[in-house]
Amino acid sequence: MAIVKMQKLSIVASKKHRKAILEALQKTGAMEMRTESIEDPELIHMDTDGARTQFEKTADAFDKALAALNGAAPQKDPSAGLFGEKDQVSQADYDRVIENRENLVADANDILKLVRERAECQGTIAKDQNQIAGLQPWMNLGIPMNSTGTGRTTIFIGTIPEALDEAGLYAAASMGLTDPAPVTGEILSSSPEGTYITVVALNSVADTVSQNLRNIGFSRSATASSYVPKDAAEILEGDIKDQEDRILLIGTEISDFADRREDFRIASDYFRTRAEKYRLLGKIPQTEHAFFIEGWVTAACAPKITKLLTEKFDAYVENEDKREDEVEPTVLKNNPFSRNMEGVLESYGLPQHGRVDPTFIMSFFYVWFFGMMLSDAGYGIVMAIGCAIILAKHKRLAEGTKKFLTMFFWCGLSTTFWGFMYGGFFGDAIDVVAKTFFGYTGDGILKPLWFDPMGNPMRLLIFCMLFGCIHLFTGLGIKGYEYLRDKDIVGFFCDIVAWYAFLLGLILMLLPSELFQGISGMTFNFSPAMKQVSKWMTIIGMLVILVMSARGKKNWGLRIALGAYDIYGVTSWLSDVLSYSRLLALGLATGVIASVVNMMASMFGGGVVGAILFIIIFIFGHILNLAINALGAYVHTNRLQYVEFFGKFYDGGGIAFKPFTTANKYTEIKEDM
Amino acid sequence: MSTGMVLALLGAALATIGGGVGSAWGVGIAGQAAAGVTAEDPDQFAKVLILQLLPGTQGIYGLLVTFITLSRIGILGGTAVTDTNTGWMYLAACLPIAVCGLISAYHQGKTSVASIGIVAKKPDQFGKAMLFPAMVETYAILALLISILAVTNIG
Repeated sequence: MAIVKMQKLSIVASKKHRKAILEALQKTGAMEMRTESIEDPELIHMDTDGARTQFEKTADAFDKALAALNGAAPQKDPSAGLFGEKDQVSQADYDRVIENRENLVADANDILKLVRERAECQGTIAKDQNQIAGLQPWMNLGIPMNSTGTGRTTIFIGTIPEALDEAGLYAAASMGLTDPAPVTGEILSSSPEGTYITVVALNSVADTVSQNLRNIGFSRSATASSYVPKDAAEILEGDIKDQEDRILLIGTEISDFADRREDFRIASDYFRTRAEKYRLLGKIPQTEHAFFIEGWVTAACAPKITKLLTEKFDAYVENEDKREDEVEPTVLKNNPFSRNMEGVLESYGLPQHGRVDPTFIMSFFYVWFFGMMLSDAGYGIVMAIGCAIILAKHKRLAEGTKKFLTMFFWCGLSTTFWGFMYGGFFGDAIDVVAKTFFGYTGDGILKPLWFDPMGNPMRLLIFCMLFGCIHLFTGLGIKGYEYLRDKDIVGFFCDIVAWYAFLLGLILMLLPSELFQGISGMTFNFSPAMKQVSKWMTIIGMLVILVMSARGKKNWGLRIALGAYDIYGVTSWLSDVLSYSRLLALGLATGVIASVVNMMASMFGGGVVGAILFIIIFIFGHILNLAINALGAYVHTNRLQYVEFFGKFYDGGGIAFKPFTTANKYTEIKEDM
Repeated sequence: MSTGMVLALLGAALATIGGGVGSAWGVGIAGQAAAGVTAEDPDQFAKVLILQLLPGTQGIYGLLVTFITLSRIGILGGTAVTDTNTGWMYLAACLPIAVCGLISAYHQGKTSVASIGIVAKKPDQFGKAMLFPAMVETYAILALLISILAVTNIG
């Protein structure tokens, strides 16, 4: 349970080793770089933005090429997904890929070119389909769309907004001409948007007809194709077919690259890592022949780094002291059990140096409370075995995922423990199965080791609050430990011991009271001396808080007022303790809903059909209940830690350690054994 | 069937109705926000799904109280309610989770929407984002507790 001691190093080395040193540091991934603090007008910075952007673009091209390959020839990427693991590649493979990187970049670009071409083909298909749709109303037209007339006639092809039949069209077009006018009209099709027509008129009456048509809102068709619509559609369909063939061909052409996949992954990581290196390179202050780096390493690691740099690269490495305005990054180190809960702490905020790392103490409460909330042996076993299987199958999970799963493994064990304590195994599944299928009629088979919370919820509520008090007092104790460590004896007595006395006194006064007896059904018979002790504990504690809690203030009136306000803070203790009633409520929820599932499953009675339906409903119902209650238990266990426990002593504020390291997404280099 | 039985059953029904309506409401509005975030950044799916589900528990609490009530008033077990006063008592006992479940789930849903906003902007702050809706839920848990204690101690 500790925050790892950090050491600041400053490195000066010859420029000729610059890249080698950065690569070595990047590979060890043990140092967080600080470059912003070294300032001197004589120092220059290299402009690496161009190169870095180029590398990032190349890495991106490989990513896109890989995505295209996945589309054309699907294959599971082992590094993707929730339980993704990075590919292990040998140093030899890695070196071969780096050697060959120019060709790989060319291949990736070829793939991207094909992808672009495919996008163009798809665009053309969409355009063609649009055009075909636009031609549909004209399909009955037997002449090219752009016909304007023959030697002696004028042809009008277009649309009118009105819905007319052929007689109506003739009447409208020949308005003002003597009957029979040398005009003929044809309706090609009609739709709610308008009527598609052709009108043919002798040139002699063309002007009048044109005017008439304009009067009924005629507009010429916008398409100026020299094809008959039917032929035009056929040509477009042919084109679509060609494009589709091309797309298929592109698909096979892309999948021809499938054997480069591994190399692409390595190359993508290589370029990303290189971009990362160049990002740092651009920030490093340099002179003509030397360069400077500062950074944090764990104190344990410092001699190793120093040795590596001085022996191999002739660098000058110095241990530096922390400056006033600096904050060292936080690295936690805990035992193999507690370290799995570091993620919970991280989400709240890491501890600052000089404060206590609460992970160790929190981890036990975490597992204990989680088990109480989920509290079903069946669910606990499923969870623990599920996590164990995933952990066994995926040995090289990302650190965070691994910790998270291990945490849930322990929570599963705790859930199993509490399940047996409460007598829950998939709710009352054992009894229900025995009664439905084997005609059992006796008492419950699986007896709770402790007691059944449904039978006596009040009793469990009291225990929940007891656990809550222990949790909260532990939090206050940690704060007291910090006071003692900082040699603030007055603070320890006024802010910690006084509160312990005050609160314990109150509890001891409450326990033998009739009020408590009425609620809990428990009787405490304290001796009169004990009653006196608890009374005076409360009074002395309260007085100390009243007078001393605002001891920094000179004004006595203000000091007492603030002290009184602090005493009022006892209400927050009350609400904190009540908050632990969620241990009971969520525990009951799991058990009762599980019983509801069992009851629904057993509704179809015994026999083969009943058994099949039982199994289906049982599996579905319990998965649902497990999922939602595990979520609830997780959220509310976190809440109890964050709000109630941390509220007593912890405020985070530490900065996470972000070492300069490789930026590998897909692969990691196998360590030589 | 006695009036008391009708009242008790009404109470049981109200528990599921209140909790269920509230949860459907809360999960619904949170789901819209979650869908929006997932459209922009599919990697956040798991996180926003958890946040969406947080207001869903009130429905479960309502179901829980209904089930306990039904198993005591002679529908799924226990003894039938014969007098009107006992019926009123069951109805009253179901009210905390019915009303508080409805309102707290709605507000928890709105808080979840805001927390989903946190995840959209700062995915690494998920731990804190999860805490805000959980604060609202406290009051549903208290109501659940009172409903359970009341129902199990009647009669």
